[in-house]
Amino acid sequence: MKYGMEFAVIALIIVFAAIFLVQDAAIQATGEEAWGGADDEVAELIESSGYEPWIEPFWEPPSGEIESLLFALQAAIGAVVIGYIFGYWRASGKTA
Amino acid sequence: MHIMEGFLPSPWWEIWFIISLPFIIIGLYQLNKLVKEKREALPLLAVAGAFVFVLSSLKLPSFTGSCSHPTGTGLGAVFFGPCIAGVLGLIVLVFQAVFLAHGGITTLGANVFSMGIAGPAVAYVIYKAGTRAGANTYATVFVAAALADLITYVVTSVQLALAFPGTAGFLGAFSAFAAIFAVTQVPLAIIEGAIITLVFKYIVDLKPEILTRLNLLPESTIQKLKEASA
Repeated sequence: MKYGMEFAVIALIIVFAAIFLVQDAAIQATGEEAWGGADDEVAELIESSGYEPWIEPFWEPPSGEIESLLFALQAAIGAVVIGYIFGYWRASGKTA
Repeated sequence: MHIMEGFLPSPWWEIWFIISLPFIIIGLYQLNKLVKEKREALPLLAVAGAFVFVLSSLKLPSFTGSCSHPTGTGLGAVFFGPCIAGVLGLIVLVFQAVFLAHGGITTLGANVFSMGIAGPAVAYVIYKAGTRAGANTYATVFVAAALADLITYVVTSVQLALAFPGTAGFLGAFSAFAAIFAVTQVPLAIIEGAIITLVFKYIVDLKPEILTRLNLLPESTIQKLKEASA
């Protein structure tokens, strides 16, 4: 099948999203807060044993908005490079 | 998710720097050689690096009720091995530590080891063994990339358990950290494996000669893969 792998990947992503929606509905029903970062959970676990981080980051994104801006920028830089090179390969394959 | 700034006490952060350093030096040497001798591999290198940028910026929800992100290092590992993947991982980790306070400068050594070296080393070995044994190439890439992701978080849990054995001892601490990090990562690793396999297929379609030039796939296998997808 020509697009077999594409369909399989899309199906996998749909299953992934569906699991998230079901799980989220269950969590919302209990009224708990969820979907924080796993690293924050680990940090809490470590700090609960009485450990204090010995050094703080010298700069932190001042708000959640700035943080998501920088994460989006990181993804955009990567996506531009991937798109450029795949386009270049595709075009050079056609003329050669 | 990486070990955050200040969350590795001395001597552990120094130890992980010392362990990662030789891999990075070998990686830089290999990169230099690659750029000089096989210039046509440069775009592939850029795609592999860009993939780490994209995938490690996406924080995805997992069934455990928390979020984590894929690593994207599987592609670079399969193409160029764990040392060059370590250099690619280092670039992304520095970006995230400096601009996002995600990970940290003092924990950089430990994070480079887990994400850039240990995960990719496993992926590289699986890819080499799989292609040599004549296993299905796409299945091999899938397993290699998914495990590169998962092993990263298993190694992070080991690093934390070594530094914080607490009262439960190393194994108790490891299972506590792995319960948060590694279990959350399982579905993300599967998604990452699938996406990297798809990209691998596109490279086989568009630029198969790069793969033969880097001795990654013989001509005959590429022919077979192309016929299967046509």
